[in-house]
Amino acid sequence: MSVVLEKLDIQELEKKARKIREDIIEEVYSAKSGHPGGSLSIADILTVLYFREMNINSKNPSWEDRDRFVLSKGHCSPALYSCLANRGFFPVEDLKTFRNINSYLQGHPDKNKVPGVDMTTGSLGQGLSVANGMAIAGKMDKKDYRVYCVLGDGEIEEGQIWEAAMAANKYKLDNLCVIVDNNNLQIDGTIEEVMSSYPIDEKFRSFGFQVINIDGHDMEEIIKAFEVAENVKGKPTCIIAKTIKGKGVTFMENQAGWHGKAPNEEQYNQAISEMRQRGQV
Amino acid sequence: MKEEKIATRESYGKTLIELGKENERIVVLDADLAGATKTNLFAKEYPNRFFDIGIAEANMLGIAAGLATCGKVAYASTFAMFAAGRGYDQIRNSICYPKLNVKICATHAGITVGEDGATHQMLEDFSLMRTLPNMTVISPSDDTQTKWIIREISKIEGPVYVRLARLATPIIYEENQKFEIGKAIQIGKGIEGTVFATGVTVSEAIKAQEELKTQGIDIRVVDVHTIKPLDRDIVIKCAKETKKLVSVEDHSIIGGLGSAISEILTEEYPAKLERIGMKDSFGKSGKAEELMEYFGLTSKAIVEKFQR
Repeated sequence: MSVVLEKLDIQELEKKARKIREDIIEEVYSAKSGHPGGSLSIADILTVLYFREMNINSKNPSWEDRDRFVLSKGHCSPALYSCLANRGFFPVEDLKTFRNINSYLQGHPDKNKVPGVDMTTGSLGQGLSVANGMAIAGKMDKKDYRVYCVLGDGEIEEGQIWEAAMAANKYKLDNLCVIVDNNNLQIDGTIEEVMSSYPIDEKFRSFGFQVINIDGHDMEEIIKAFEVAENVKGKPTCIIAKTIKGKGVTFMENQAGWHGKAPNEEQYNQAISEMRQRGQV
Repeated sequence: MKEEKIATRESYGKTLIELGKENERIVVLDADLAGATKTNLFAKEYPNRFFDIGIAEANMLGIAAGLATCGKVAYASTFAMFAAGRGYDQIRNSICYPKLNVKICATHAGITVGEDGATHQMLEDFSLMRTLPNMTVISPSDDTQTKWIIREISKIEGPVYVRLARLATPIIYEENQKFEIGKAIQIGKGIEGTVFATGVTVSEAIKAQEELKTQGIDIRVVDVHTIKPLDRDIVIKCAKETKKLVSVEDHSIIGGLGSAISEILTEEYPAKLERIGMKDSFGKSGKAEELMEYFGLTSKAIVEKFQR
């Protein structure tokens, strides 16, 4: 791939990520509830996955050779729905029905209701085990698909994550790529204050993972990390993505208070205009 | 009822081997108890389709769910305590809610676990499992029924909880007996009373029926192998046709078979039901047969209900 093409790709991805962020705000604002902070922190990673990395087909969401994605931190569904809608799995206008009683877009992802959602999640700590199962099945069936699983840095306080990490190592799941969204905030405060999961990289390394530390908002670093992960043999990969909770909306950035709160009208307008201005630069 | 005894966990292990041969989608998971749950029989035959997840039941259930999303029919086994107890949230949110094809075959249920004592004697699994939407709950009473159900559940889409026992109990049914999920089996036509039994207590109920017959009291036994969906028709029919209703289970009387029958009676045909089971208490160590005697789950306790 030429340098010029790669750069164009990154610019396109950045543009796409701005759209994903706008839609996250639309969803949470429309619902008057939801989780903007963590959704914004994974927006760039999910954009790369859904618009570059993952081999998926919006016309055939359950295509058996597709790459799988498990959003273990299921409360960040606005980011996932935004990617799926913009990738053509369902109409973008439906995002405004998020969390509505008549909507299929549940507060947390439901695989039986939302096209393109590979696993139902919400109760934290369970997604990595499921991703293991998908990766094991892929190996059994000699399929080439890859399995991606996004975890929160607070979520990994759950013990089941480490049970699953042990199993990923035992079964040498090199078709599995875990991404930890390290935004350093959970509901009650910072990760250090509440229950430190640090050092995250050393923990996963000692559990037998190939570990890659990146800036989770740098498209180039994200792309490179996935490329490295694809070439790792005999063990799973864990990408620790240093991120900013609320990234892209200045008043939400690094604020634990924006974990699970919707913006009011004024805040919504401010967020949208701020993001659009940034897009024009 | 035959003299020959076999534990339903044994029947499970043997059936898995046959099932594995017939259906390549079958995979089996265990959590370091393969020797006790008898999944080791499958492991020996099909090592590439067997996964020992170690002492990590939550993870085992999640991996089973993941395998099921990719078309596998996942049989996951451990002791009932660690499946329904430890893994409740995983069963609820990662298996039942997405309606995944995971068959939780939980062994060592009830006080008949014996010597291991209270921490290992699961007495609340019917209660926990039957409240879950999309879940089917099965409690086979003998070898023949277990062989049937282990095959049968591979044909239905969705989660199933099968409660199996450690204790060897008599073979009740002939090989050609027909069963159907959700249809309880009526044994005898007595009108003096009905004993609704399930799992290891069915053979005790039959023993009680035989004993009562010698005393001139003719009762019927209903083998409720499907706890959910429970056979409403047979409950109403027996309430109408017989003079006394008794339920017996190696489970807490709160939330189990007796409770499920009471729910139907309350709605459809109010009638008194006497519940035999664990009365809001934990179990204890001892031999299985001694414990059944101690906690009043034997044929003797059933007979007494009809003598008064």
